[in-house]
Amino acid sequence: MTTLIIILCLILIGIVVVQLGRVNELAGKIRGEEAAENSANNFHGILCVVFVIGFMIMAVWTTAYYKNWCLGYGPHTSASEHGELLDSVFNVTVFFTAIVFVATQIALFWFSYQYRYKKGRKTLWIPHDNRLEIIWTAIPAFVMTILVVGGLDAWNTVMADVGPDEEYMEIEATGSQFAWFLRYPGADGKLGTRDYKKITGINPLGQDFTDAKNWDDFQPADIVLPVGKKVRVRITARDVLHNFDLPHFRVKMDAIPGLPTYFVFKPTLTTEQYRQNLKEYPEYQALSDPDDPESPMLWEAFEYELACAELCGKGHFSMRKLVRIVTQEEYDAWVATQSSFYKTQIRNGDEDPFKGQVIDFEIRDRRATFNNAVEKARASETDKVIRLDYVKFQTGSANLTEDSRYELDNLIGALNKYPEMVIEVMGHTDNVGNPTSNQTLSNSRAASVVNYLLNKGVTSSRMTSRGYGDTVPTDDNATAEGRAKNRRTEFRIISQ
Amino acid sequence: MSVVNYDEDVLIKEQGFDDHFHDHHHGDKYQSGFITKYIFSQDHKMIAKQFLITGMMWAIIGAGMSIIFRLQLGFPEDSLAWLKPLLGKWITVNDAGIGTLAPEFYYALVTMHGTILVFFVLTAGLSGTFSNLLIPLQVGARDMASPLLNMLSYWFFFTAGIIMFCSLFLSTGPFAGGWTAYPPLSALPQASDGSGAGMTMWVASLVLFVVSVLLGGINYITTVLNLRTKGMTMWRMPLTIWAFLITAILGLLSFPVLVSALFLVMFDRGLGTSFFLSEIFIGGEALNHVGGSPVLYQHLFWFLGHPEVYIIILPAMGLTSEVLSVHARKPIFGYKAMVFSILAIAFLSFIVWAHHMFMSGVNPFISNFFVIFTLIIAVPSAVKVFNWIATLYGGNIRFVSAMLFAIGFVSLFISGGLTGIFLGNAAIDIQMHDTYFVVAHFHIVMGIAAFFGMFAGIYHWFPKMYGRFMNETLGRIHFWGTMIGAYAIFWPMHYLGMAGVPRRYYRFDNFDTFSHFGQMNQFITIAAIIVFFLQILFVVNFFVSIWKGKRVATKNPWGATTLEWTTPIDGIHGNWPGNIPAVHRWAYDYGKDGVEFIPQIVPLTEKEKENAEDLH
Repeated sequence: MTTLIIILCLILIGIVVVQLGRVNELAGKIRGEEAAENSANNFHGILCVVFVIGFMIMAVWTTAYYKNWCLGYGPHTSASEHGELLDSVFNVTVFFTAIVFVATQIALFWFSYQYRYKKGRKTLWIPHDNRLEIIWTAIPAFVMTILVVGGLDAWNTVMADVGPDEEYMEIEATGSQFAWFLRYPGADGKLGTRDYKKITGINPLGQDFTDAKNWDDFQPADIVLPVGKKVRVRITARDVLHNFDLPHFRVKMDAIPGLPTYFVFKPTLTTEQYRQNLKEYPEYQALSDPDDPESPMLWEAFEYELACAELCGKGHFSMRKLVRIVTQEEYDAWVATQSSFYKTQIRNGDEDPFKGQVIDFEIRDRRATFNNAVEKARASETDKVIRLDYVKFQTGSANLTEDSRYELDNLIGALNKYPEMVIEVMGHTDNVGNPTSNQTLSNSRAASVVNYLLNKGVTSSRMTSRGYGDTVPTDDNATAEGRAKNRRTEFRIISQ
Repeated sequence: MSVVNYDEDVLIKEQGFDDHFHDHHHGDKYQSGFITKYIFSQDHKMIAKQFLITGMMWAIIGAGMSIIFRLQLGFPEDSLAWLKPLLGKWITVNDAGIGTLAPEFYYALVTMHGTILVFFVLTAGLSGTFSNLLIPLQVGARDMASPLLNMLSYWFFFTAGIIMFCSLFLSTGPFAGGWTAYPPLSALPQASDGSGAGMTMWVASLVLFVVSVLLGGINYITTVLNLRTKGMTMWRMPLTIWAFLITAILGLLSFPVLVSALFLVMFDRGLGTSFFLSEIFIGGEALNHVGGSPVLYQHLFWFLGHPEVYIIILPAMGLTSEVLSVHARKPIFGYKAMVFSILAIAFLSFIVWAHHMFMSGVNPFISNFFVIFTLIIAVPSAVKVFNWIATLYGGNIRFVSAMLFAIGFVSLFISGGLTGIFLGNAAIDIQMHDTYFVVAHFHIVMGIAAFFGMFAGIYHWFPKMYGRFMNETLGRIHFWGTMIGAYAIFWPMHYLGMAGVPRRYYRFDNFDTFSHFGQMNQFITIAAIIVFFLQILFVVNFFVSIWKGKRVATKNPWGATTLEWTTPIDGIHGNWPGNIPAVHRWAYDYGKDGVEFIPQIVPLTEKEKENAEDLH
């Protein structure tokens, strides 16, 4: 009903306007065409002046009203080093164009008013004026030269890739319909290789995990960057074009499938510093959610954001990621909480090319764990037993598995480090089978370990071996996990 | 101010050129029946009207689409359930009765709005209308060089329109990947519903459209170069003709490149080639395409795309120049500078295309050249603006609707042109690229400004087309409302752009950064609705005036100098009943030697002959 009334009203207004037009024309006829045209010309001449005055006031007023969004002003200052440069190029351009804008608009409408039709007015015969035309070709050319030189200088500075000796960190952003994937290089500082054909549900970036550089890469939920450190973002896409847009940092670059791009920038303000800056402006002293009195102030709720700025389909408007700029200490702490994508999501799963094998970061990790355990046992008065978690035997035999050597080499390392140390190697089994054969098996397994050490040059006087059969369980033999824990090899430090 | 006395009929009879044209008073083979006269007409004046009215229909559809997506942007929380009868399944109504526009269809609307306005309205509707109407009339030709090709040009355009229109009703929706149709989005049906049959029909439509542009363009060029009447040297042609000529050349050189790009996209879609596709994983599947580059498509597209904006704006510039001069009663200031500016702009338009691609992953070094050439365009553009303003200086300005729109054109061209200086500078484009700053820039400088040029042309030449005037009061209301409304819509968008708000967003509340502008977006939407209804007022005025407008009493109601005003009021086939008029002077003898205006057909006086300066 309301719609109908609105439509009717609109139609009525339309008819009224049309009739007004016709009446006005008829009135003109009655008054005489010329008189009517004269008054119309005066009227519209005056309207030209009114318009241009209103236009100029509007231009100034809106700029004042939206000053907080003018580049480089107050709350809208750039949060990156190069951003200040770009904002200054912008503002220099504003300066020159504003002069031209005001001068030409006023001239246009003022001349329109001044030379409105008057019967018998003699027009000027000036078909052209070479001197004037040269002047107003030369002036724009000169101003353009200034803007081009300044602009290109800034452009080439900003777009320069990192130099060979420069210190920077690299991260990667991959656009997809309709979310960003982020990847950090991990401790090695290098991003691993990718192959789009390897993309699966659990490997969304198609990382090639035979490349060791991939093992420590992690995929955080937000972009977190340390302030004051140059970062090179490697930008790519999985399906269609996207655009990596960080409006507060004046960063923008298309993400293209099959053609990686990059953008280098240096954040200069932490999120917290930016909030403190905003706090100075009364506009930001309002509730972020006007309906919720408990909600934080606008300045407190401020966050940097990553958006998509290239049409990528129906969800284009929703590709948000949070961006946090923090101090170096906070950054290091954050990195420590991040875990490798490979280790947490892929390792020993179906897509792990090294499933069932030990790979070198694990060897390093295990060595560190082992050495810690040794130090702890040496320091302890009572607890002198150390479990050799990764020493395994082939089922039912005393033959060491191939991968056991890594742990045993760790043991050799400890024995070499502490030449006074004497140990007892202890074999244990679960309670499956008869105790006698368990005893025999544990004896021979412990001996097998000692034998390995002997072959590696450890003096026989520094070690003994002993099997305990199933007599010293550490866990419940009723469950499979318990039994697994009970089948173990240990050593005890007898003297250190 | 004195008036020169002349009688067109006598002058044309005595001075004109006899091409043994036989006027068929009882109709001829070209316009004997209703169908040959009004539908499959080969008369350039009728084809012009066909282009104009078809363009107007498309303008209403395209602008109507913008109102729907502006409602979404301005009032995202309000119900659009009332649009369900029109949009059907693209509006989903929830249990509370709130109707929501589907995001897919929002993007389809944005895409169609761009395609329709750029190609169907501002290329076909503007250049098609006025090139057809004015080229033969102003150069003194009986018709186009090839009336048949001219007719085909319109019907290819018509067919292109039919295909595009049908695509609106596809169950998967029309194409929704932006009017630039960048692959891979446009190439992969998996990427977007609209990239299926919608994209196929979009391509088919545009290919036919390009055929139309080429048939028209080759005709315009041939007619201007070969069919000028006796005495009509190139330097005596009105600026309209120069603009149409250069526009046609631009179209001829650039549109085929678009077609090649579209063909390659179709090959990628259907034949498994990889021109624009590489290393794509989509819909749970890694595609076999390797080695292509989506950036290559952008180069090909913008090699048309940039000249295209000049294909749109040059005719509007030509119309504005002519209208300003006639109604200021003064010669256009710096005629030759204006021509050279058009030539310079046209030349430069071919070497600036990559300024649309600063942030597209092209080598940043290459951008240096494109920045330089782009900002050089500001120089001839500035010359044109200064010359228009100088044309007003010392004139005697009649504020008819046509003149108001011409003045409005200059104002908009200044405002929109100046923001181009920001965007053409790659350093600033980093922040502004693909934001509302760009939307504001191109809508003002080539959208609204081109419309203003078109309106100036329509109001000015309506008497030539229909033998009647349009209603001036409504025309002036139309002007002031549109002028204020257009700035109300697009001026605020500059601030959105500075804040970094990206264009082509269905809604802004996913981002804190972009969600501060609810009030502004409402204001823009309301302004857009008002401006839309003002255009309906124009359409009503147009159609009512065809039958009810004030009759034109004399052949030359505006006191203009060009040849079209020497033809009979009710246009006839062949334009002039007897001889073709001969031309003795340039088109801008307004106020010369104290004479208000001297038509081109009036021979030079002895005094003028002595004075070499006057021999234009």
